[in-house]
Amino acid sequence: MVEITVRVNGQGVTREVPPRRLLVEFLREDLRLTGTHVGCDTSQCGACTVHLNGESVKSCSVLAVACDGAEVATIEGLGATGALHPMQQAFADHHGLQCGYCTPGMIMAGIALSRQGLPEDDDTLREMLHGNLCRCTGYQNILRAIRSGAAAMAGQS
Amino acid sequence: MRDFDYHRPATLAEALDLLAGDDEALLLAGGQTLLPTMKQGLSAPSALVDLHGIAGLDAISVVGQVLSLGSMARHADVAGNALVRQAIPALAGLAGGIGDPHIRNRGTIGGSIANNDPSADYPAALLACGAEIQTDRRRLCADEFLAGLFTTALEPGEIILAVHFPIPRRFAYASIRNPASRYAVAGVAVAQRQDSTVGVGVTGAGADGAFRWAEAEAALQDGFHPATLDGLVVDPDLLLSDLRMPQDYRARLVEVMTRRAVEAALRGTK
Repeated sequence: MVEITVRVNGQGVTREVPPRRLLVEFLREDLRLTGTHVGCDTSQCGACTVHLNGESVKSCSVLAVACDGAEVATIEGLGATGALHPMQQAFADHHGLQCGYCTPGMIMAGIALSRQGLPEDDDTLREMLHGNLCRCTGYQNILRAIRSGAAAMAGQS
Repeated sequence: MRDFDYHRPATLAEALDLLAGDDEALLLAGGQTLLPTMKQGLSAPSALVDLHGIAGLDAISVVGQVLSLGSMARHADVAGNALVRQAIPALAGLAGGIGDPHIRNRGTIGGSIANNDPSADYPAALLACGAEIQTDRRRLCADEFLAGLFTTALEPGEIILAVHFPIPRRFAYASIRNPASRYAVAGVAVAQRQDSTVGVGVTGAGADGAFRWAEAEAALQDGFHPATLDGLVVDPDLLLSDLRMPQDYRARLVEVMTRRAVEAALRGTK
């Protein structure tokens, strides 16, 4: 067992974990932050996407022990209770979800992409979203939601 | 995953000691191949030695006519780096096309070439440019380093420190990817080197890993334009074959990607 201290959604947490514990398991099981989802066994679907030191990663493919001293942001850390983050609001407004399983990952991916500046054309934006799979929507409304969320984020700053 | 010991050494010497002391320990770089492999039960090391604690392994620099990428340089770092974009823009492009943004925020060039996946993009670029791989104990040229399917010339306990690319006059990479896995089915890197020799590195396609297409290199050396490739064919027997992608078709794809890479190199999309 290894003791790690991670800053999750702005709060420092210290826990003992075995080295094999994945970041997604640490979040869901040790911290009971179940908004981050496990959607596949193969690092493909992106439902587990979180921000590690400000950058999007697949939390199923990162060890918790490797996050000692790092900052992690999850879907739970966005916005305040009753006041959704603009990207979350955009997904609601533009019907960017159906079952919701990919949604936390899509939102975390969308926020990360928005911070870098979205490409003008949709083909490139689709390419940037290849790490996040959705089985329900066909992606059109996800693209609309991300563009709308990015604009709202820009408007706020 | 089975459990293992985890180490995060602060120095290269410490890392080398840890590996020397346990022949079932593995290095952990970005983990974007190793962790999924371990999760599937295909690898069960006794320990992981995480390289993230060693300062400077991710440095990117240009000295003279050589671009050096530290082994821990992430694909996202290489794709966005001003020095890379200036020196070998299409190499930045190649890095920017690996996997997806999340994978690019963790995956590293050292991890990629140490694995030598036959469909990985970097090996084609290393072969085309005549890159050198610097380890803790020696320098190897790409031809020597890449030793076959998922095989390299690395000795037990040897650690890649950097990859040095002689900056070519022209360079481009063209690939066509499997839409699901997003690995190259055929990816060709073409470099017109400073001494006017040409390197053509092919990935995605070879039955024994990335390889150099010598015939195309010779033709392009005589004249660096797509027309010199007319009539040249890749031997299908050298290539991978599966249900969707028989050898003959893959050979055609390699020929087309070579042509596209030359065209892109001439356009100076380098």
